[in-house]
Amino acid sequence: MDGIHDMGGMHGFGKVGREENEPVFHADWEARAFGLSLQAADGIGFVDDHLRANIERIPAARYLRSTYYELWMQSLESIAIEKGVLTPQEIESRVASLSEGGRAEGGSDISLDEIDAMMAAGASTKRPDVSVVAGFKVGDRVRVKNDHPQHHTRATRYCRGRVGEVIADHGVFVFPDSNSEWQGENPEHCYTVVFDAEELWGESGTPGDSVTVDLWESYLEQA
Amino acid sequence: MASHKHNEPESDMALRVKAIEQLLSEKGLVDPTGIDRLIELYETRVGPHNGARVVAKAWSDPDYRARLLENGTDAIAELGVSGIQGENMVVVENTQDVHNVVVCTLCSCYPWPVLGLPPRWYKSPPYRSRVVREPRAVLEEFGVEVPSDVEVRVWDSSAEIRYMVLPQRPEDSKGKSEDELAALVTRDGMIGVATV
Repeated sequence: MDGIHDMGGMHGFGKVGREENEPVFHADWEARAFGLSLQAADGIGFVDDHLRANIERIPAARYLRSTYYELWMQSLESIAIEKGVLTPQEIESRVASLSEGGRAEGGSDISLDEIDAMMAAGASTKRPDVSVVAGFKVGDRVRVKNDHPQHHTRATRYCRGRVGEVIADHGVFVFPDSNSEWQGENPEHCYTVVFDAEELWGESGTPGDSVTVDLWESYLEQA
Repeated sequence: MASHKHNEPESDMALRVKAIEQLLSEKGLVDPTGIDRLIELYETRVGPHNGARVVAKAWSDPDYRARLLENGTDAIAELGVSGIQGENMVVVENTQDVHNVVVCTLCSCYPWPVLGLPPRWYKSPPYRSRVVREPRAVLEEFGVEVPSDVEVRVWDSSAEIRYMVLPQRPEDSKGKSEDELAALVTRDGMIGVATV
């Protein structure tokens, strides 16, 4: 999707603002939104591809107005509604009846060590058991196809149509373009492709500098 | 969990997050205690101190350094560090010839097990938009001047590979123990926007 989220190379956003001694979370609700989103992914049954796809569908002006965890919450709400888990009326009615934020009542007695072990186990989207032929190998010159799908994709706009060199084949990974659309994992090879800065940015690119992008098989063609 | 900004009135977002948490909890889809523990995990246990141990070991042990650059995931797991948003790790080494810097232009991808959750600037439009196009200007704002004969290589984490930079070891750090070396390593050094 050619959305505002795909901002690599855009002008106009100004200097990078940094914060000394930044806390992990900037408000209690941000912390809850973080944990809630991770829990809800398991409970409702969605993955990062879905969270990201729904963030990318947020209208551009609203996307730019929103803070990071506001984007997560807007996406989580929309997924819960799409999956039939919550209704908009149910959410608005509950919000209206609350006078303070914080934590919901109740919960299990799960320990920090147990949560730590679950997170440490990870949830890799690599699919080493799926046998898929690699169409490219390290050293190949490849061009990123000039595709503009309406759905979630990882081929950043700034590299489309550009030629680079494959420097790594990471093996077979879930394909986000179909997975984010609930159309299955369809795993395929994912490669790191390096582009010369001048190939991407013309004369404003510094000779000798480079950018790498990780790209799935379907995004690429032989150059 | 740690408390934040106690004196502010309840924001609309605070109410909204609580409403969703209540509703999903009532339906048995989330566990409020699990949320407490997740927050605690990323506020206390998972953070750049993990990555600093990896870097210090790589600086001290050439065999480990070789394993780390060959297979980041496995070498990091040797130190008991692994997990969500770091299942497939690649470590890129800064040398006299190349300075590496990491970004996620589409989103906020970041190697949680070694660095914790990303700072706001990493997720912000200015960093995401600019560092791929004008990395030297961004690095200069961070206080890093890369000589013109050194390649700047920007790693855009567009897929599920997570990148960590192995900074150059400071020249004046001879004889230091791994713990002393780890104390020198910064989060920004492992993103590539600082030298160590």
